[in-house]
Amino acid sequence: MTAAAPLIELRHISKSFGPIDVLQDISLKVHAGEVLCLLGDNGAGKSTLIKILSGVHRPSAGEILLDGRPVAFASPKDAQTCGIATVHQFGGTFPLMSIGRSFFVGVEPTKGWGPFRVFDRKRANTIAVQAVRDFGITRIDDGDRLVGGLSGGERQSLAIARAVHFGARVLILDEPTAALGVKQAAHVLRIINEAKRRGLAVIFITHQVTHAMAVGDHFAVLIRGAIAADFRKGERTREEITDLMAGGEIMAHIEAAIEGAHADT
Amino acid sequence: MTDRTAAASPALARRSAGRAFSPGSHLRRPEAGALLGLLAVTLFFLVFGGTGFLQPAGVASWLNVAASLGIVAIPVGLLMIAGELDISIGAMIPAGSMTVAIIAGHGDQSIWLAIAAALALGVVVGWINGTLVNVTGVPSLIVTMGTLFAMQGVVLGLSVLFTGTVSVALPPEESGPVAKFLFGQFIGGAFQVVIVWWILLTALYVFYVHFSPWGNWIFAMGGDRESARNAGIPTRRMMVLLYILSATSAAFVGLCQAILFNSAQVSAGMSYIFNAIIAVVVGGVLLTGGFGSVIGIVFGTLTFAIVNQGIYFTDFDRNWSSLIIGVMLLAAVLMNNVFRRMALNYSPKRT
Repeated sequence: MTAAAPLIELRHISKSFGPIDVLQDISLKVHAGEVLCLLGDNGAGKSTLIKILSGVHRPSAGEILLDGRPVAFASPKDAQTCGIATVHQFGGTFPLMSIGRSFFVGVEPTKGWGPFRVFDRKRANTIAVQAVRDFGITRIDDGDRLVGGLSGGERQSLAIARAVHFGARVLILDEPTAALGVKQAAHVLRIINEAKRRGLAVIFITHQVTHAMAVGDHFAVLIRGAIAADFRKGERTREEITDLMAGGEIMAHIEAAIEGAHADT
Repeated sequence: MTDRTAAASPALARRSAGRAFSPGSHLRRPEAGALLGLLAVTLFFLVFGGTGFLQPAGVASWLNVAASLGIVAIPVGLLMIAGELDISIGAMIPAGSMTVAIIAGHGDQSIWLAIAAALALGVVVGWINGTLVNVTGVPSLIVTMGTLFAMQGVVLGLSVLFTGTVSVALPPEESGPVAKFLFGQFIGGAFQVVIVWWILLTALYVFYVHFSPWGNWIFAMGGDRESARNAGIPTRRMMVLLYILSATSAAFVGLCQAILFNSAQVSAGMSYIFNAIIAVVVGGVLLTGGFGSVIGIVFGTLTFAIVNQGIYFTDFDRNWSSLIIGVMLLAAVLMNNVFRRMALNYSPKRT
């Protein structure tokens, strides 16, 4: 697996907004069938990195390689056509639409011809339900159910199944477990494992170290726009990672600063 | 009308009896509340007003109100499903009638030119509305309030400039028999021809909103604009299209009224703003978008029209009808909330 070119690779990516450098010299690679966990506190630059990967922003410097070839995304749509799918925290789905309808938003299957083309509800429902069930969510069996009636984990699963169904090869998951309880989170982690098994490259953004360790092959910790640590599974303990994320030495600085302030008064 | 109630009651019985075993229960549909509301007000006026309002003359009185309102309410409801409002319709109705009356009545031009101009004005104002909402990001309530007042000013200013009055006659001989037949006749002496237009347009809307792929886009836009755009839906173009639809529909209602009543006034149509929103909300459309149905809006429109006109068939003073409408609006919204929650929580064969 390591012999082949990484499915997606970032080389020396930097991004600045005006005078502010948000990302500095980020290099990462993800192979097919691998999960990269991107860890970092709020404001570490995770969302900017996602936006670069999903075509919302263009990097100020550096390049993105897909299958070893450099690519540049003009728009989110462009990134999607290249097989990069982003699933956001709340699934990016439509709570008051049926499962079948929301699954096919923008690419509705139709029957009939010309101006009389009709949305093929039956086919949409069957495919959507099948796609979700293939990911092991057997509780979903009726495509007419509203998405809003699903649990948070099921909604995430639906969004991931949708991305995979429409040909995603790189799956970017933005804090998919953040708002979920333990059981629901386990649900989503199982889906991530299934995506991995199917040979997708998964970039899993989270700040829950336990969730990251459950599925990750490769970890990168982002602190203030730079990669502070980059290691593979088993190379660090849970405590070390948590410490890294909280900013290790920086925390020590803060504590010293607080104590200094106390000493002054 | 009698066959409507007759047809509805076995459905109701079947529904309440069959909820446990029928997974496709209609109660979870957006129009469920509206249908119950319609039955309730029909029953109310049957009890207090007798069968008078179900006689042909009575039916005509509220069906005429419903038809004009309904033609505007559906596109306004679609915009609401897509997450936006359009109150500029209040100015577009008189704008439509004045355009026709000034061009054909005052200017002695062809009625067809006048109709085309009125509809074109709707397209232009709708395009401005949609583009402003897209480009500025200002809430559509404010944008369309701006165009509402701007268009009122334009209509008033231009009609005084051209004709020197605020009320312009459009004699039947200026409309001509064909236009009169199509847009301004009374069928059977009482039923306005807009009723036929309303039915035809409703059929088109039902098809395009609930059966064609486009309808799906409207719901997606109201559910989550960002995700809809990411899914490849041309949200901006759809928005402009929906605004053009509502402004043009309003102009159409205006021109029909001018041809029907043989005259046009500058100050007609403001009541349509609230009435359309009431019809849409009673019809089960969620004010914040993403949920609703065309048939629900039709039920909401009928409910509004029956309350509005039914009062004349009772011994009550006319002034009480607003009280009924107010209470009905609140009851309908609460009921719709309950039904929506039922729809969300519904899951069959839970094990």
